[in-house]
Amino acid sequence: MEKDNQGILWEVFIQVKAGRPFKHVGSLHAYDKEMAMQSARDLFTRRNEGNGIWLVMADDIVSSQSVDDEAFFDPSNDKVYRHPTFYKVPDGVKHI
Amino acid sequence: MEDAKKLEAFQAKIDADIKIEPKDWMPEKYRQTLIRQISQHAHSEVIGMQPEGNWLTRAPSLRSKKILMAKIQDEAGHGLYLYCAAETLGVKREQFLEWLHEGKAKYSSVFNYPTLTWADIGAIGWLVDGAAIVNQVSLQGTSYGPYSRAMVKICMEESFHQRQGYEIMVTLANGTVEQKEMAQDALNRWWWPSIMMFGPHDADSAHSNQSLKWKIKRESNDELRQKFIDKTVEQGEHIGLTFPDPNLKWNESTGHYDYGEINWDEFWNVVKGYGPGNKKRLAHHKEAHESGSWVRKGAIAYAEKKRRIQKTA
Repeated sequence: MEKDNQGILWEVFIQVKAGRPFKHVGSLHAYDKEMAMQSARDLFTRRNEGNGIWLVMADDIVSSQSVDDEAFFDPSNDKVYRHPTFYKVPDGVKHI
Repeated sequence: MEDAKKLEAFQAKIDADIKIEPKDWMPEKYRQTLIRQISQHAHSEVIGMQPEGNWLTRAPSLRSKKILMAKIQDEAGHGLYLYCAAETLGVKREQFLEWLHEGKAKYSSVFNYPTLTWADIGAIGWLVDGAAIVNQVSLQGTSYGPYSRAMVKICMEESFHQRQGYEIMVTLANGTVEQKEMAQDALNRWWWPSIMMFGPHDADSAHSNQSLKWKIKRESNDELRQKFIDKTVEQGEHIGLTFPDPNLKWNESTGHYDYGEINWDEFWNVVKGYGPGNKKRLAHHKEAHESGSWVRKGAIAYAEKKRRIQKTA
């Protein structure tokens, strides 16, 4: 029997409304971009979930290893001066 | 060898309610349990379209036909969400379908019962989806991230399914004598299979303890079954229907309904493939899959052609 082929894996991102970030909502299989877009609409936006769709082939995504790989995100911990709470502001100063 | 330290760290994460993501280390048995459970769940959504599809062309009104079509479309979508969640564990979609067709993967036994009358569509929505929702609400808290996210989405979409089923039952129960009998008959036939959906009693459940420890499951089979029974009995009584269990009664001291002995011989018989519809359901799925192969081939050829044109352009 010929080998079954269920197509390429795509990751789907949806923007709820203009101005909002695109958020990952799930994945789907499709053979090309057009089919992926049709399926994404049918699968993920049947109830006004959004007005924008991004599709990315899963193979094209570069991702960090895993949360177990803590060393990768370590540098952010020793640079507390990136947070506004690090700075002292004299009493009475407002709007800063 | 999976070292004890990793296992300990894994359990600590689970205990702290930190979700496990696809690239994280996980015990092989955790992975295998999820592969089995999520794919079984996906197959159930897809096979579950068949008993409902049986009434699509004979729905009593355009309104009910549109609703049923929307519900079946949801089930297809839920199957696809779940297949994708299962695929994150390193098994391909093609493999899941192969295991289903070879009979190596199971789906919920409840879908092996036939839908004899329109009232069965009501009973499925009210009882089968009702039971599935109890289970799925609990599974939103499962420890595996992709499974949990799929459950959240599914629960959101499924909230209308049970209501549409109950509405059918209400309409029939308030209708002619024959219609009320039809509703009662459907309840009689679907009640026990529905409460069997939660699986064997805790004491006899092969995978339960480890699954609870790893938070793959958040509540035991019996706890979930009790929840379902407690909320469903009143809904049936409200529309004048009776449940086919003489031992079903409110227990003041426990604050729950007591219920009669479940026929586990019937349950295992259907699980093992001897239910009224097992052969038909699987044969139909295979046939639909095989007769759709020209569509897949065509789509692949078209996609390749477009890529070629793009390259030379």
